[in-house]
Amino acid sequence: MNPEELFLVELTVNGTPLSARVPARRLLSDFLRHDLRLTGTHVGCEHGVCGACTILLEGKPVRGCLIFAVSVAGSAVTTVEGLVNNDGTLGVVQRAFHESHGLQCGFCTPGFITTIHAYLKENPHPTEEEAREAIAGNLCRCTGYQNIIKSVLRAAELIDSGVRDDH
Amino acid sequence: MTTKSFGEPILRKEDPRLVSGQGRYLDDLGHDALAAAFLRSPHASARILDIDVTDALEVPGLIGIYTYEDLEGRVAEPLPLLIPHPALLNGRTGYPLANEYVRHVGEAIVMVIAEDRYVAEDVVDLIKVSYEILKPVVGIENAKAAHNAVHPSVPNNVSAHSVKEVGDARAMIESAPHKLSLDLFIERSACSPLEGKGVYAIWEEDSQELRLWSSTQTSTGVRAAVAAKLDLPLQKVECIAPDVGGGFGVKIMHPWPEEVLIPWAARKLKRPVKWSEDRREHFISSAHERAQEHHIEVGFDEEGRILGLDVTFFHDNGAYTPYGIIIPLITSTQLLGPYKPASYRVEFTSLFTNTVLVIPYRGAGRPRGAGRPQGVFAMERTVDAIAKYLKLDRTVVRERNFIQPHEMPYDLGLIFQDGRPLEYDSGDFPASMAMLKKMVGWDDFETMRSEYAAMGRKIGIGVACYVEGTGVGPYEGGFVQVETSGRINVATGLTSQGQGHQTVFAQIVADELGVPIEDVFVTTGDTRRFPYAVGTFASRAAVMSGNAIALAARQVRDKALRLAGEALECDPQDLEIVDGIIRVKGDHTKSIALKTVAVLSNPLRYAFDESAKAATQFAVGDTSKPPVPEDQEPGLEGKDYYSPMASTFANGMHAVIIEILPETAEVKILRYVVVHDCGRVINPMIVEGQIHGGVAQGVAGALYERMAYDESGQLQNASFMDFLMPYSTEIPTVEAGHLETPSPLNPLGIKGAGEAGVIPGSAVFASAIEDAEGFEIRRMPISPSELWELRRTMKENA
Ligand code: FES
Ligand code: FES
Repeated sequence: MNPEELFLVELTVNGTPLSARVPARRLLSDFLRHDLRLTGTHVGCEHGVCGACTILLEGKPVRGCLIFAVSVAGSAVTTVEGLVNNDGTLGVVQRAFHESHGLQCGFCTPGFITTIHAYLKENPHPTEEEAREAIAGNLCRCTGYQNIIKSVLRAAELIDSGVRDDH
Repeated sequence: MTTKSFGEPILRKEDPRLVSGQGRYLDDLGHDALAAAFLRSPHASARILDIDVTDALEVPGLIGIYTYEDLEGRVAEPLPLLIPHPALLNGRTGYPLANEYVRHVGEAIVMVIAEDRYVAEDVVDLIKVSYEILKPVVGIENAKAAHNAVHPSVPNNVSAHSVKEVGDARAMIESAPHKLSLDLFIERSACSPLEGKGVYAIWEEDSQELRLWSSTQTSTGVRAAVAAKLDLPLQKVECIAPDVGGGFGVKIMHPWPEEVLIPWAARKLKRPVKWSEDRREHFISSAHERAQEHHIEVGFDEEGRILGLDVTFFHDNGAYTPYGIIIPLITSTQLLGPYKPASYRVEFTSLFTNTVLVIPYRGAGRPRGAGRPQGVFAMERTVDAIAKYLKLDRTVVRERNFIQPHEMPYDLGLIFQDGRPLEYDSGDFPASMAMLKKMVGWDDFETMRSEYAAMGRKIGIGVACYVEGTGVGPYEGGFVQVETSGRINVATGLTSQGQGHQTVFAQIVADELGVPIEDVFVTTGDTRRFPYAVGTFASRAAVMSGNAIALAARQVRDKALRLAGEALECDPQDLEIVDGIIRVKGDHTKSIALKTVAVLSNPLRYAFDESAKAATQFAVGDTSKPPVPEDQEPGLEGKDYYSPMASTFANGMHAVIIEILPETAEVKILRYVVVHDCGRVINPMIVEGQIHGGVAQGVAGALYERMAYDESGQLQNASFMDFLMPYSTEIPTVEAGHLETPSPLNPLGIKGAGEAGVIPGSAVFASAIEDAEGFEIRRMPISPSELWELRRTMKENA
């Protein structure tokens, strides 16, 4: 058998151009985690159900475990690492999770944060029910979701009060 | 004054790292390590005839293929039976890789090591194994019938049998004015943390040392097990639990086969090796829990007081018993909850089946319930049945059977899982019930019911109570050290999987030492930092390590005050520590920083930093004695252990109001109320979070999750697509009320809280569904189609 053919994949990740040579079947989640070593994006199922691998592709939330890295070459990707403010302080959704005790083990958290970040751009003033719906595609085994819903509402509140958020 | 942080909802110290993607979970480590993948049995019971690797050997990037035949020394022996028990007559454990026989789907047969995981999985696909397929044993009924054997050497598939009696329950039931019998079932479920298991090992050939990371609930346990298996001195093995993405019980088992095999391969190949479990592997090869079948006989008087309770139950322990029979033991001892039947008999039989082994799942885990949800389900269903029979309010029958506050401590006459007498230390059950009834509006519920009925809607209310033994021994330790920079290092051996230990332990130390919480840094689950520990399970971490750390901090405080007393030439009694400064009470001009005392505590004083320079103005030590006097140690640090005489018992009561849709039999949760008493609370925000998470698992176990094995032993729902782990849309908002009955058993007065939410889940929903529908609910979990079917049969029979 021959070794696998490698392809150069160039992406703009969190504003920085990054690249690696990988086989065609390399999942985007693995590409980010293992080739680019951005391990903030997590993998909880690898079959598209848990949402832990959610990243923003051109600003839209997608599941990194369902996409091949080669198929998005040239795109802009944002991961949870990229939602930190430029001065190193927490981005607004990250801060809201901290303040609302929206995480326990933290494994599901990056997927929630990217999802909510994108959601609030579309709907900056969600009701509690809308907040519940907004996160209904992500699994968390620890928190029972109550404080994640609280985090969504808190993030909206922080944005309204003009708290710094660079992204 | 430094503000007290004990009891305050302090935000978590671990969060900034975790929310910004800087957590380091197992698979975030070792990017350049070789990757392992496993070929696992597709059959529930089979004999391995041949393993053909011819095609597999051609794959570029392959490093090695290993079967049982390749294992060496103690690695080739059966895995250890961790918790033997006299009632465990026929304990059986598996091998790291199957030795001729496989006994459940998912058992590892071949380990492949390759340059990366994709390649390793390619190789697995090309290995051909031929089997002689044997008849499997699936489910309690088949195990009892014993037409087939899981282990040919074990008669009737029975691993364990136990009978316990307090009084003569059978005679008491016989002579009781009223009797009832019930059959109750609970199905299999699983902890399902969002991060699976994983192991990463580095072998240092030069120093012959092994460094090992595992996504475990016990790094000390893994370390000892691996050292023994690889025949290495304990000194030469270190084990670290990195950030762990949830445990709930499944990661307390050790060693998992992979925890032995990955280090073994790393040493053999002299290269780092890593394995990260995928979701399907987790479903079919990590542990499950909960399947039990109970028969209950109960005798009671006109008032509903229980005179005799006789419980016979069967437990499905899966294919192996590495963790002993802790689950049925807990069911049998914790079943009674807050009640005091005049007599009690419990008999259980634990059975082998060709399915994944079981391990205490919260309700004993991370924090969440083992064996308790089943016991509570059995007991609470019984109490509800009595109430129905006597036409009494369900809460009234409960109140009449409660142990009263003045009867505490209350000896139940049984032996608990820790081998000590089961004695409740504290708790006020009538007060908990009063609070619950008030919060949920129990007494006004009939009005609510008629209002809904008038709109054509059907609602029901359920109630369930439990008592939970927490803070199980034997011990945990704590280490506290003040650096000359003022940084306080704290270490304890047990592990964290999201319980906020870095915060709550820092709170304890900040208060004990009088320092800002920002200066306190906590390490857990790293054997390099604290080598003695038991592990995180059964809601024991806060109680055990919390108290040990408090005791260690008190040692540091005593030493600091003594040295400061010498430096300031005053009586240590007159000193206090506020914001990291030791000062004379009432005379704040005389003071010395704690970090300066840290310098003074070490006679070797190179002036590395500002604190050391500041220290030069002070003189400590008795010149008539050596620089380090006989009973002293250099450094400002302390280490202590906490080992309790007995477990401390937390309790709680849940109520739920549900609506059942007429057409689909779907259960909608209208309100979920929890009252719990876990003693003094270190951080109410964290405790409340634990309750939310527990309730979610309780709801999941009652209405959604189960392990659907077919008769051939295939798990039909081994993915998140089919295993219905609830999303936010299925989980209610929890209304929680708190009572604080401090535990008299430990210095901090705390009890564990990790499992509080999950334990009464099945019981409270069964109670509510029965209340809404009017017919008996005897089996959980229950799906809409099962409930719909039950409705139909009830109507037909009526
Ligand atoms: S890992 Fe991608 S959805 Fe679960
Ligand atoms: S915080 Fe652990 S899975 Fe969500």
